[in-house]
Amino acid sequence: MNEALRQANRRLTVRLLLLVAAATGFAFALVPFYDLLCRVTGLNGKTGGAVQAAQALEADTARWVTVEFTSTVMPGMSWEFRPAQTRMRVHPGEVTRISYLARNPTNQATAGQAVPSVSPGWTARHFNKVECFCFQRQVLQPGEVKEMPLVFLVSPELPSEVQEISLSYTLFPVSG
Amino acid sequence: MTEAIAAVKRDRPPAGIMRWLTTTNHKDLGILYMSFGFIMFFIGGAFIMAVRAELLFPGLQLLAPAMYNQLFTLHALIMVFGAIMPFATGLNNYLIPLMIGAPDMALPRVNNWGFWILPFAAVLLLTPFFLQFFGVGSGATGAGWVMHNTSLDLQSGAGMDFAIFTIHLLGISSLSGAINVVVTVLNMRAPGMTLMKMPLFVWAWLITAFMLILAMPVFSAAATMLLTDRHFGTHFFDAANGGDPILLQHLIWFFGHPEVYIVLLPAWGLIPQILAAFSRKPVYGYRAQVYALWAICFLSFLVWAHHMLTSGLPLAAEVYFMYATMAISIPTSVLVFCWLGTIWRGAMTFETPMLFALGFVAHFGMGALTGLILPDVAVNAQYHNSYVIVSHFHYTFFGGGIFGMMAAAYYWLPKFTGHMFDEKLGRLHFWLTTIFFNMTFIPQWFAGLDGMPRHTADYALRFAAMNFISSVGAFLLGLSQLLLVYIVVKCVRSGPKATGQVWEDAQGLEFTLPSPPPYHTFETPPVVK
Repeated sequence: MNEALRQANRRLTVRLLLLVAAATGFAFALVPFYDLLCRVTGLNGKTGGAVQAAQALEADTARWVTVEFTSTVMPGMSWEFRPAQTRMRVHPGEVTRISYLARNPTNQATAGQAVPSVSPGWTARHFNKVECFCFQRQVLQPGEVKEMPLVFLVSPELPSEVQEISLSYTLFPVSG
Repeated sequence: MTEAIAAVKRDRPPAGIMRWLTTTNHKDLGILYMSFGFIMFFIGGAFIMAVRAELLFPGLQLLAPAMYNQLFTLHALIMVFGAIMPFATGLNNYLIPLMIGAPDMALPRVNNWGFWILPFAAVLLLTPFFLQFFGVGSGATGAGWVMHNTSLDLQSGAGMDFAIFTIHLLGISSLSGAINVVVTVLNMRAPGMTLMKMPLFVWAWLITAFMLILAMPVFSAAATMLLTDRHFGTHFFDAANGGDPILLQHLIWFFGHPEVYIVLLPAWGLIPQILAAFSRKPVYGYRAQVYALWAICFLSFLVWAHHMLTSGLPLAAEVYFMYATMAISIPTSVLVFCWLGTIWRGAMTFETPMLFALGFVAHFGMGALTGLILPDVAVNAQYHNSYVIVSHFHYTFFGGGIFGMMAAAYYWLPKFTGHMFDEKLGRLHFWLTTIFFNMTFIPQWFAGLDGMPRHTADYALRFAAMNFISSVGAFLLGLSQLLLVYIVVKCVRSGPKATGQVWEDAQGLEFTLPSPPPYHTFETPPVVK
């Protein structure tokens, strides 16, 4: 191999290595991008963080929306976890409070984290939470029963064809 | 004087094991890669024999479900990363410099490292599997080759860590190989060997190399995230702490779908050459095939979520992935019709490589057609994770990938060894393989349509007949591959001398050389007209 070819090979190799580095960077960049995409589009029914109650607008008393509550407990979690009521009718813009009940039947203090999901997914951006037990992890002592509050309001901007929204909480075990 | 000694030394490789450990010669490394792939093909096959033995009858007879999961996971990882990919890499190592008239690969030392990583990766992957028989650890990973098929993948034992490090090693190995191919093909061609004169096999490998460079880092990154999630307190995929388990599937399949084409493209490249040689015609639609291969490369990065149509994607995304996936059938059809155009009205003869090449076209065609049905959003809900999928991807990977590699092995074996193989036994091997391959996988198609789920050690009674046929077919398919070992060993040791031309109408620079070619070839570049 002559020197010119050797150098050309080295140059191309370095460029390809940069491409490998870029592909690796791209893979890691997908993580925040994926999260952003879900948040902006409401894919996966991902809801945002807390909103201020002051943001609450006047309730649209002419309209009713039914909100259904469900719960799922992941494998590895032994809590009992359920909504205090499974459905309720609310006016858009009206601040409403309900609660979920959790009981730790084991003899060990354990921590859990509830992850919310709204269905249909695209209505997630109209479902605003003022206060939620899902904003932080919950710790239950052995045998402890806890009533965990959720304060929410459905935005009056919710398109009028939507008459029902389901809110699902999945409870995951938190280790460490 | 010293130059003369160096020249003599360069011409003669060191004797014994040191030749193979230290070699930077592309032919030696090609043989090493191919032998490694060949050995792993039988190890991966042995694992699946145990799986089929468990599935011979309903109920659990031989294997505990955890062991069963490890076996099919290792089978998949070994066949994809240990058998097909290294064999294809061996072919490119041996053949690309010969086909483009280069003296060697561009980065010979990197080539040596790239190969010698592989045996260590294989040992790393298999160590936890064998340690469990001595009461150490809980065995190898059982999460499937894409590492997310159990809901407990974050919790499973040290086998997963071994698999993650194996993936890192394999990534380094395939990336070094891919970079080597790109540099060799772009910089080292003989004068007059323009890009559009390159054999299709070289084109296919150039494109495969780019896919590896873009996709493999994503797999390594996903494996790294899984590793840090498991041991270093990060939360990429941990829902309880704000991560997202579905993200793991997205990342893995962003790699996983291009990977399917990484496995298949080398075969798509060599098949037209073999079809042309035994039809006594030039390759039909050369340009169209080059463009089709690029189109498939491009599309393969845009369709990954058709593996996840039941994961709760919104309908708009499902419909997009459905149409994007179906769009791949357009360039793929271009390829298939070019293959048919190549043999159309040719003076065909049916030597063993041609039989395997035709078998490839037929079986890959069935795999591709079933693949056209699967992304349909409406039917996917029924077929997802059923044996329909198992049957489909074996028609593409075995019927396509393995049949293609066998065609290549028979076509170039006389070139590699200098001996003709036993043609009668070769044809027998083809017919046994074809019959038992179909006997294994056609029943799985029906069992899958009937609702049999994959990744399960036991099944409902109504699948018993289909599974019995499939298992017997699999045993016979495995046994008939031993014939291949006999044919290859016999061909290496003895046989009628092969001419340089080998096959009457074989085209390409490699057939202008004697068989086997001398240790160093094309030190002075050939002139390509």
